Amino acid sequence: MKLENKIPEGQLETKWEKYRSTVALVNPANKRSLEILIVGSGLAGSSAASTLAEMGYKVKVFCFQDSARRAHSIAAQGGINAAKNYQNDGDSVHRLFYDTIKGGDYRAREANVHRLAEVSGNIIDQCVASGVPFAREYGGMLSNRSFGGTQVQRTFYAAGQTGQQLLLGAYSGLQRQVGLGNIQMFTRHEMLDVVNIDGKCRGIIARDLVSGKLERHFGHAVLLCTGGYGNVFYLSTNAMGSNVTAAWKAHKKGASFGNPCYTQIHPTCIPVSGDHQSKLTLMSESLRNDGRIWVPKKMDDVNALRNGSKKGNDIPEDDRDYYLERRYPAFGNLVPRDVASRAAKERCDAGFGVSKTGEAVFLDFAHNMKYKYGKQVATLKGINNPTEEQLTAFGKDVVKEKYGNLFDMYKQITGEDPYEIPMQIYPAVHYTMGGLWVDYNLMTTIPGLYALGEANFSDHGANRLGASALMQGLADGYFVLPYTIGDFLSKEISTKSIPTTHKAFEEAEKNVEEKINTFLNIKGSKSVDYFHKKLGKIMWDKCGMARNAEGLKTAISDIQKLRDEFWKDLFVPGESNELNLELEKAGRVADFIELGELMCKDALHRNESCGGHFREEFQTEEGEAQRDDENFKYVAAWEYKNTSDWELHKEDLVYENIKIAQRSYK
Amino acid sequence: MKILKLHKEVISNLNPQKKRNSMSGNMNIKLKVWRQKNSNSKGELVNYKVSEVSPDMSFLEMFDMLNETLINEKKEPIAFDHDCREGICGMCSMFINGRPHGPNDAVTTCQLHMRSFKDGDTIVVEPWRASAFPILKDLIVDRSSFDRIISAGGFISVNTGNAQDANCLPIGKNEADESFAAAACIGCGACVAACKNSSAMLFVSAKVSQLALLPQGKPERHQRVLNMVAQMDSEGFGACTNTGACEAECPKEISLSNIARMNREYLSAKLCSEIE
Repeated sequence: MKLENKIPEGQLETKWEKYRSTVALVNPANKRSLEILIVGSGLAGSSAASTLAEMGYKVKVFCFQDSARRAHSIAAQGGINAAKNYQNDGDSVHRLFYDTIKGGDYRAREANVHRLAEVSGNIIDQCVASGVPFAREYGGMLSNRSFGGTQVQRTFYAAGQTGQQLLLGAYSGLQRQVGLGNIQMFTRHEMLDVVNIDGKCRGIIARDLVSGKLERHFGHAVLLCTGGYGNVFYLSTNAMGSNVTAAWKAHKKGASFGNPCYTQIHPTCIPVSGDHQSKLTLMSESLRNDGRIWVPKKMDDVNALRNGSKKGNDIPEDDRDYYLERRYPAFGNLVPRDVASRAAKERCDAGFGVSKTGEAVFLDFAHNMKYKYGKQVATLKGINNPTEEQLTAFGKDVVKEKYGNLFDMYKQITGEDPYEIPMQIYPAVHYTMGGLWVDYNLMTTIPGLYALGEANFSDHGANRLGASALMQGLADGYFVLPYTIGDFLSKEISTKSIPTTHKAFEEAEKNVEEKINTFLNIKGSKSVDYFHKKLGKIMWDKCGMARNAEGLKTAISDIQKLRDEFWKDLFVPGESNELNLELEKAGRVADFIELGELMCKDALHRNESCGGHFREEFQTEEGEAQRDDENFKYVAAWEYKNTSDWELHKEDLVYENIKIAQRSYK
Repeated sequence: MKILKLHKEVISNLNPQKKRNSMSGNMNIKLKVWRQKNSNSKGELVNYKVSEVSPDMSFLEMFDMLNETLINEKKEPIAFDHDCREGICGMCSMFINGRPHGPNDAVTTCQLHMRSFKDGDTIVVEPWRASAFPILKDLIVDRSSFDRIISAGGFISVNTGNAQDANCLPIGKNEADESFAAAACIGCGACVAACKNSSAMLFVSAKVSQLALLPQGKPERHQRVLNMVAQMDSEGFGACTNTGACEAECPKEISLSNIARMNREYLSAKLCSEIE
């Protein structure tokens, strides 16, 4: 197999525009006879679905939830980036492009990222036109805020619910096309295999999760918009149902997996509270606009906090270590996520964690609440010498308006009031930069099979900047794929629909059915969650925020043992011909186990540190990630051969427009 | 039993905080849970006991624990809908002690924590009850009627690529905020479950209001409200008799004033359509 990234020739700045204007088109009459299957209904899936249906294609959309509106894009909090330069702070397409490449630690493709930056502005326009109620200033203009890894304000938002508002916008476009009969929607359906015919992807096998029936669906092309695989860690900020199954099935049928070890650990999540924990909750990065992160300087204070004799507020200013501001004066609390997470781990490993578990740092709003917002309001009210109490009260109102829902959620989960005492946070698995390898057209190594949004590997390199996931999902779905798919479909206009009685469909369905029966017939002694938790523990300890060769080798053998145990000792109650949640989970965890092994293998082979991939053996004297551009400036695309057997293909990354350097946020 | 014990050991090894939690995991809870095999069979309330419940657990994590025990006893776990567990996807839907999403205000079931209950409490858990939300299994209901209502008109008809620059259309902060407040609806269906008439007026009016308040939504406002209301009625939702239970139980505090706005929108749409 040869990787062809299909990046068009020409100047970076005009590449996309030129390509878009020359890529083959499909005429409207032919579009009506071309069928496209879309798996997943998040930002990428919904936006692609409505756009393709508007263009005239016949579209079917599948999601495992009870409605397209539930996809996990809904939970994105902070915002969406766009190079609009509305704040007049010097932003531009080039700057967004540069920040994203640098933030990704020089492990993303220049051409893809530049295209993303180019269409970013259109996304905001499109969303506003479709009724997304973004935050606004009193003059009626859109409001912006800052996110990590940038020095401009380019993040558009709707309180702490930006993902919800964007998804509901895309979902309404999708439902509109459902009403018009251009999209057929299959909710509570899970894709369990792809069907390849003559080397092209031509359909899927899906299970109706209510009746348990297996269904065959033909498509001239298939789009996987199925999100990331953070749940391989068991505990993550992903939704409970988020899974890798669709991508993994495609991988086993020939789609190479790109950079599987690139995982984003988000610095600001609510710490683990106990062994009952089923998921972790993010506290938006936008909080780092106004929250300052610290731990005590003195061990005595740490002990006092842990035994409850002191609260965060009792520790005087001089005894606090604002370690991000100390280590990275230029970016301070707004360093990128990987840097912030590692810095938190460093302090906690050194013994300064502020909770009983030792795994928490403070995110403190008191300073900005009083002296930034409180003062502003006081000035507006004409109060020249406000009291401390007045400042707090005024500031609280402003903070409430900006982050109210996040503060409420924090209180709900922890039982503590973050307006009164500093939040406790700790890093948690949040996003996966790795995913199915795709070319410039977003096509995987299986012709006709595409991957969009978090499901592909393409735009974030080794670390994603905040508020860029929503941007990428919508860019892929609204403005990239609907054009690039023409390159493939224009050659398919004479391909008739293949009847699903074709033997490739028959075989694929038979395999899926056998797999389901195997799960039910093992009749072992342990639940799916037992295996999932064990896998998560291996992954977090050995392939989490810090990795080393020895640990990764152990992890690989531990995962192989766990896989054997899974297939011998799993217990799944119930039947296949009914709504069976345990059966659904079993299939997902089986795939996570295999993926876990590949992630460790990828992490082990990459003898460098970059972005979210931190190998302890490769760090600077100051503890920063040390890249090895000479040997690892490539995308690792893994081709599945057999159980525990993959072949590595390398796509060299070429930087013609950016001088690559050691990343510095100091 | 041996399996259960073994399992517990493994789980405790997984987590360094076991000590803290075994200290706090001190609640015993009795549950009466609606069990129903599928949409064609009859259901009933079944009693369960859950011990060692920690006040820090979410309500759904308590259910996870119960299900784990049931699975280890080779019994069928209780089926319930859930996904994000952050209170935003709208998938979770339990009717707890006679209230959708349980005893706390402005909280979804997934964000409800056991510290809101007392040791020894008996908790009754049922699915949403409404003829427009048929039960699929145990606590899972079919809410696809909501999707069909959105398909009938809950959108702005703008194709991708038609948009002008976003700041060409200034929108006053107050209108934007009000529209956002209505748009915060998560489509969980608690309003329907809370209503004695199983009315979906709060859900529908939230979408109608969000779009009616924005200039982008104005061109289609009449058609929108007429089509959405017609679809709502055809799905079998009841009428609104202004009791306000929907607003009281809404986890996102969607205001009753949206219903008033929808009624005005509907009336003006009706009048205009009759003139036409």
